[in-house]
This record gives sequence, C-alpha cells and structure tokens, in this order.
Amino acid sequence: MTDTAIDKIAQRTPTRVARKVRGLSDRAIAWLFVGPTIFLLLAINIFPLIWTVYLSFTNFRANRPNREVEWVGLRNYERILTDSDIWLNMQATAHFLFWTIVFQVLIGFALAYLINKKFRGNDLWTTIIVLPMMLSPAVVGNFWTFLYQPQIGLFNYIIAFFIGADPSSFEMIGSVTLAPWSIVIVDTWMWTPFVMLICLAGLRSIPDYIYEAAEIDRASKWRQFWTITVPMVLPFLMLAVLFRGIENFKMFDLVVQLTGGGPGSITELASINLKREAFEKWRTGYSSAYAIILFVTVFGLASIYVKALNKVKER
Amino acid sequence: MSAHSVNEPSGRQKWIAGTLVIAYALITMIPLVWIVATGFKSPADAISYPPKVVFEPTLEGYVNLFTTRTRQTEDYLAANPPQTWYEEIVRQYDMVIVGPSRYGERFLNSIIIGFGSTFLSIFLGVLAAYAFSRFRIPLKDDLLFFILSTRMMPPIAVAIPIFLMYRQLGLSDTHLGMILLYTAVNISLAVWLLKGFIDEIPREYEEAALIDGYTRFQAFYKVVLPQATTGIVATAIFCLIFSWNEYAFAVLLTSGTAQTAPPFIPTIIGVGGQDWPAVAAGATLFLLPVMIFTVALRKHLLRGITFGAVRK
Repeated sequence: MTDTAIDKIAQRTPTRVARKVRGLSDRAIAWLFVGPTIFLLLAINIFPLIWTVYLSFTNFRANRPNREVEWVGLRNYERILTDSDIWLNMQATAHFLFWTIVFQVLIGFALAYLINKKFRGNDLWTTIIVLPMMLSPAVVGNFWTFLYQPQIGLFNYIIAFFIGADPSSFEMIGSVTLAPWSIVIVDTWMWTPFVMLICLAGLRSIPDYIYEAAEIDRASKWRQFWTITVPMVLPFLMLAVLFRGIENFKMFDLVVQLTGGGPGSITELASINLKREAFEKWRTGYSSAYAIILFVTVFGLASIYVKALNKVKER
Repeated sequence: MSAHSVNEPSGRQKWIAGTLVIAYALITMIPLVWIVATGFKSPADAISYPPKVVFEPTLEGYVNLFTTRTRQTEDYLAANPPQTWYEEIVRQYDMVIVGPSRYGERFLNSIIIGFGSTFLSIFLGVLAAYAFSRFRIPLKDDLLFFILSTRMMPPIAVAIPIFLMYRQLGLSDTHLGMILLYTAVNISLAVWLLKGFIDEIPREYEEAALIDGYTRFQAFYKVVLPQATTGIVATAIFCLIFSWNEYAFAVLLTSGTAQTAPPFIPTIIGVGGQDWPAVAAGATLFLLPVMIFTVALRKHLLRGITFGAVRK
C-alpha cells in the first residue's frame, strides 16, 4: 500500500490502458466485473434452456440432424403427461426422495446433536463422517455394486451375519423389493453428513442465555429440547431438506452406477429415464419436453417450499 | 457457579455422545477402507468367501490398472523372460504387458479440466462477487437469484441442447468445452460464497486506499483480494471437488480425448466382468487426494459448506 506499489503498477501498465482503467467509473467497473459471468450463464445455461423449450415443441431427433424438423405443438407434453410409465418413474423418484430425506434428517440431526455435546476430538470425527459426501458418486456407486454382491459382497456378509441368514439368500440390487432400498442406503450413507453439518450450524447458533433462562424457569431438559432446540434448528433443517430435495430430484450419477435403473425399471428415477429417452432412444423433442416438465416441477416445488421456510423463519 | 455450567454437558453425557459418534464414523468408513484394501488384493482374494480382512498385499491391481495385457503362447513366454517386477506379476497368468492403459490419460484430463474450470470460476466469480458486494447494480437481487436458479436444472436436461450446441461449435469432447461447462455450473456457488466472504471485509479498507490515490481497480486487487484469500481458497476447493467428481456431463459429452476419470473407472474390466482390484486401485488413487484435502483443510471446508447453504 505504499507509493512504490502504485508506481510499479503504473510502470507495468501501458499508459493508454492505465488512463482508461483509472478513468473508469464505478458503474463501468461494476458491469465489467459482472458482465463475463452473466455472459457465460446466458451462453451455457439460459440459451440452452430456451433452445430446450423450442425443441420441446418439435419432433427433432439429434441422431438425424438432416431430417426435416416439424412443429408438433403440445403433442410431446400431452404424451408425457398421459404416459403411465412416466408415472412409475415419478413414483420411484418420490420413494427415493421421501426415504432419503427421512433417514438423512433423523440420523443427521441425531449426529449433530451428539457432536454438539463437544466431547474431546469431536472435530476430527466430524471430518471423518463428512468424507463420503466429498467423493465422486459415480466411482463410489460403482464400488457399492461390489459390496452388494450376494455371495462375495461385504454388505451382504455383514447383514447376513447379524440376521443369521445366508449371504447369498438375498440380492440388494437384483431384487425388485430390495433395489429401491439399495439406492436409499447408499445415498443416506453419502449425504447424511450434509444434513448433519447444517444442523450443527443451527445448534451452534442458539445462544446460551436462552437455555440459562429456561433453567431458571425450571423447565425440564426434555421440555427445553422441544421448546428451544427443535424450533431454533428447524429453519436450518428445512434448508438442508430443500438442498437434498433438489439434488435428489436431479439424482443421476450414483443410481445409474448402482442399479442402472433396474431391475426392469424399478429404480429408474426421472433423470435416468430422461437420459434413456434423450441419449439412447434419441427422442430429442420428446425428452426436451420432459426436461422442461421436470424443471418446472422442481422450480415450483422449491418456490412453495421456500415460502413455507420463510414463514418458519419469521416465527 | 459459572455462566456456562448450565449448558456444559456432564462427563457421562460427553462419553455417551462420543461413543455413538465414533461408532457411526467407524461404520461409515467401512466402504472406504474396503476400497483401499481391495486395491491391494489379488483377484482371487478380492472375490473370496467369506470376505478376506487379512490377506497378502499385492500390487496386481495397480499393475492391471496402468497396463493392457494379452495372453501369449508358452513358447513366447519361455523365450522372453520377464524383465521387471511388474512383468513378473502379469506372468502368473501367462500374460505379457502390451502397453499402458488409458487410466493415466483420464486422470490427467481430470486434473486439466478440474483445475482449469476452478481457476476460471474463481476468476470470474471473484469479479462478480466484488461488484455485487460493493456496487449498486440494477436488479441486483433478481440477478443473484437468476445466478442461483441455474443450479436447479437437472444436468441431463441441460445436456441435450449443450450436446447439440457443442457439436455445432466443435467443442464436444474437448478440454475447453468441459472447462467452460463446469465453470458455468460452478460459478453460481462461487459468486454466492465469495460475495459472503467479501461482504465481511470492511469497506473502510478500500476507502482508505482510494483516498491514498488508488484507483478502484488497484484497491480491489491490492486491498480486497489479499483479505479474501481464505474465502477464495475455500471456494476453490468446492469448485475443484465438484469438477473432479462430476459424472453426468462427462459421460454424455466426452468419449475419447477429453473423458475424465469418473466415467472411465467403472469401465475397467478384466477376465469375466469387472476387475475389482484394478477398479479399487483406480478409485483409491482418484478418491485419496480428496480425502487428504478434506482432512487437511477441514476448518475451511466445513465452514464453507454450512456458510454457503445457510447464507442463501
């Protein structure tokens, strides 16, 4: 911050440029700084989105770019909304979404509550618990198929050991009843730490004096937990649910590696189904409409949820 | 009675809480420990029943990971004795090494694309975050929300038009294309996180610098940037981890030249299905840097996760 520093910059900068930069108003700098980001997002997010909207009204197929493109109006949307298979995918997505959130909230909150007891070495153990969520879902998901193998898999071996069954008597990924749970288990293993961290931030934000006041009023620990801890952490918990909800609605990499949507299409979540339509069957127009419907659904649900969240915060 | 005694958990409570948390941590570590261990097993040990916890470590998985091999006739094998330790490992199966595998290239792609997009996200993100933090920008809140909402798109939905666009522009399966794409995905988080960090730096610092004759530009990179280093590092780690782990775009938009490691590792196959020791070896090398990063930089990282989420 000395004069020499300025001198150095002045010397290094060609005078014409230097004068220009020096003369820039704050307003110009603001646009200069924000511009590239907005441009990139317009080019790689918004322009594609608009293109998707356009494609969704056509019968375009990306594997036949030279075929004449026909405008088909709302036919793609009509076909999706009346397709019973799509509703099966939605059910699979809903099952996955609901149970991952239930487990992650329960375990995540419990862990945060315990960690907040500030036992010795709690930050190191917190870090270890966080490790799974830092890793590549595709690579880890692929390895979980090995753990889930009926005869040689470690998961089956451990479960069989505890319930006293034969490890090859059940198949997590291959069976219609267990496959939906196999993806819930891995997602919970991976993402519970996220909910835990957000809850921990919530717990740490509760000031001590509130508990002290409750103690003076002779409120029992149980009552303190339900009237202070839970309501104060709730906005944080709801936020964590929002993030997990959006992420799991889009879920692709982990599940595609684990089950590939199978057996049959039991675990074919919306994104996996969309990928099949778009990049295997090459029904580009149809899948664009599907993508728009998914996006509108996430956006709509998230907006309603955020409203509810704000109400809870205001309380 | 001190002020904190009311909330300070008793020794017994701490002990119970500690035991439960450590038990959870140990269970959660099993799959990761198993990945590392499987990488050092022989194929026979890897698929033995019951699963082997104690085994004789071998580098077979790593040799298979980095090489391509082919079976040879007995005459050929007798005429060409193995020269190195890794050739000897392969010889047990009457095979010879014919060349390197593609793992090295894929790993290098991950590094180029990961660091390239992280650098670009931070560069653009810091500029935008500074402007959003310090200047009056029309429709600021709308713009910020717009930047954030781009994250709600399922990757597959964006991938359709990007696939078409990249095909037109010649960007499909290129490093540049993937760097730009990952930057576009990362930048929303980067702007939000960095804006939070820059908001915390007092404006007085810059104002003092401006009075001293600095231009806005100089004040920005001589005063604000050094103050924001911690935030920049934390944000960079998040961007890097995202790009490093990303799978959906990589599997759809790359195939030969620019493919990263996540789509490649699950395709490592040996005789009769996946070569699990080689897959585990590849996964270990790929996951370990992130694990070490996480443990070493836990203070920044954990703060960043909650900070980023709670701010919004």
